Amino acid sequence: MNPQASPPGGGDALRADDIIKRFGAVTALDGVSLTLGRGEILGILGDNGAGKSTLMKILTGYQPQTSGRLFINGQETALHSVDHARSLGIECVYQDLALANSLSIYHNMFLNREIVYPGPIRLLNNREMRRQAKETLDEIGVHIPSVDLPVERLSGGQRQAIAVARAVHSNAKILLLDEPLAAMGAREAGLIIDLILRLKSKGDMSIAMIMHNYAQTLEIADRIMLMQRGKVTYESAAKSTSVEELMEIVRREYRAMRAA
Amino acid sequence: MSHSGTAPGPAFSRPGLMERIFRIRESSILIVAIVLIAYFEYANRDFLLTGPSLQNLSQFVAPAAIIACGEIMLMIGGEIDLSAGMVFAFAPFILHYVYAAGVPVLPATIVALLAAGAVGFINGAVTVWLSIPSFVTTLGTLFLLNGITLTISRGTPVTPPDTPLFANIMGAWGYSEILWAIGITAVMHIVLRHTRWGLHTVAAGANPIGASEAGINVNRLKIGNFIITGVFAGLTGILEGFRISSFDPLAGGNQIMFLAVAAGVIGGTSLAGGSGTIIGGLIGALVLGVLSDGFTLIGINAFLFNIILGAAILAAMLFNIHITRLRRIGAK
Repeated sequence: MNPQASPPGGGDALRADDIIKRFGAVTALDGVSLTLGRGEILGILGDNGAGKSTLMKILTGYQPQTSGRLFINGQETALHSVDHARSLGIECVYQDLALANSLSIYHNMFLNREIVYPGPIRLLNNREMRRQAKETLDEIGVHIPSVDLPVERLSGGQRQAIAVARAVHSNAKILLLDEPLAAMGAREAGLIIDLILRLKSKGDMSIAMIMHNYAQTLEIADRIMLMQRGKVTYESAAKSTSVEELMEIVRREYRAMRAA
Repeated sequence: MSHSGTAPGPAFSRPGLMERIFRIRESSILIVAIVLIAYFEYANRDFLLTGPSLQNLSQFVAPAAIIACGEIMLMIGGEIDLSAGMVFAFAPFILHYVYAAGVPVLPATIVALLAAGAVGFINGAVTVWLSIPSFVTTLGTLFLLNGITLTISRGTPVTPPDTPLFANIMGAWGYSEILWAIGITAVMHIVLRHTRWGLHTVAAGANPIGASEAGINVNRLKIGNFIITGVFAGLTGILEGFRISSFDPLAGGNQIMFLAVAAGVIGGTSLAGGSGTIIGGLIGALVLGVLSDGFTLIGINAFLFNIILGAAILAAMLFNIHITRLRRIGAK
């Protein structure tokens, strides 16, 4: 049940070695290592409080680790801010999606990265943003009749798709998704699963996603990683494990905890 | 995967002409304004749209519309400035004392506007840095400024600088105030709809956390919008002072501030933040002006006017909430 030894960092989009994160007396991450290969989808599973969100926040540069090393494209890197991580091609889609409901789809896709006309007044170049937004959505196969619609008129799945499209448009190479299928019906989830698989098929994007549903995770991910109490307790290729096996590991852990 | 790429969710059809007009935020309030104008024009036997009446109307509409431009920016961001009416009374006295000290009238006016902007800065800084609701912050500066203005003026009005050309530009000529109002409305409409500042103001009002996550400096936006509101309130006070050729420490006050807020709300700006329209604010001020002038002309008294104004604000709010809901449901 040991985590797999990490392969050499050169070919990986992202590698974390022995990450420890403490908040005062609480150890949220207790020596977590992970690798995310180029073009790979990694599913991160685990209960609430297992440390998934803390790990995500470290990978996005939102907060620094207490100790441990991060490698991005084989280069050891200390992320000092979200903007720094972004400049290295790491984009995160948070669960709240960070969309402004009353604004149009294309304004949301360009939020804080708006295209403006040259000149002192710097008026918004809505035509160009509209065009690029359409292009990006077409490219990743998200079909919405008009990018002028305010996002409040979209369904949950469509909104998630817009948030992902925003990350894609900003040239993300490493995409971190925080529960992309949360609170979604089967049809909506299907839309997002398709979108994630299409992004993968483009070849140059690596995706790590926090998930809750085992079956969906095994369907999309190449590799899965199970986190429990700040540690990676199980890691496997998605092909060589099953929902039953994962359930059994979690059940065993739960019994051990209750007995202790 | 058996799913096609087509997004599930609301089905969208191509909007018809009526729906497209309906979707323009300002259309509903514009229709109300036109109906009211038509009614009062008829009820007053064609007097409403004659020269003297129009000038009177424009002088009612302009101050509310200018201050509304600032209040609307604030309301979109989920804030409000209750002190605007007191800045209105305060700024002319700064102008008066700086001018009396020997400074020419134009720089003196600029100093007065800077002072008004400084009040806005204090309102904004206290609100965002100390996390105090702007309702409370500006309630405080409302009383504070009122006291300061009454103290420095000793409670007596003064005569504005005797500079005819400048005075005419700054409100003394009958239509200059409405030209200021239209100019400022046009500029602020562009700021709101066609600049990053306006877009970010809307984003920060709709989803403050999301806007921060996208890297938008929400505090800077809010402080900036408080400064804009302060400057507009001060400018309006100066314009009105030159118009009536008296700087009065009791001018403006809460009446003008609430009229401006009402103009914004009636025009379609949500007090809860996240959406709003500057042009709607101008039309909202026009509706209030037509109501006020129209009732005066047909001889309805001021008490009744307030009852109708209150009912109109409530009706506008309900109507807006309903329209917003309809828009959200969309074509479902």
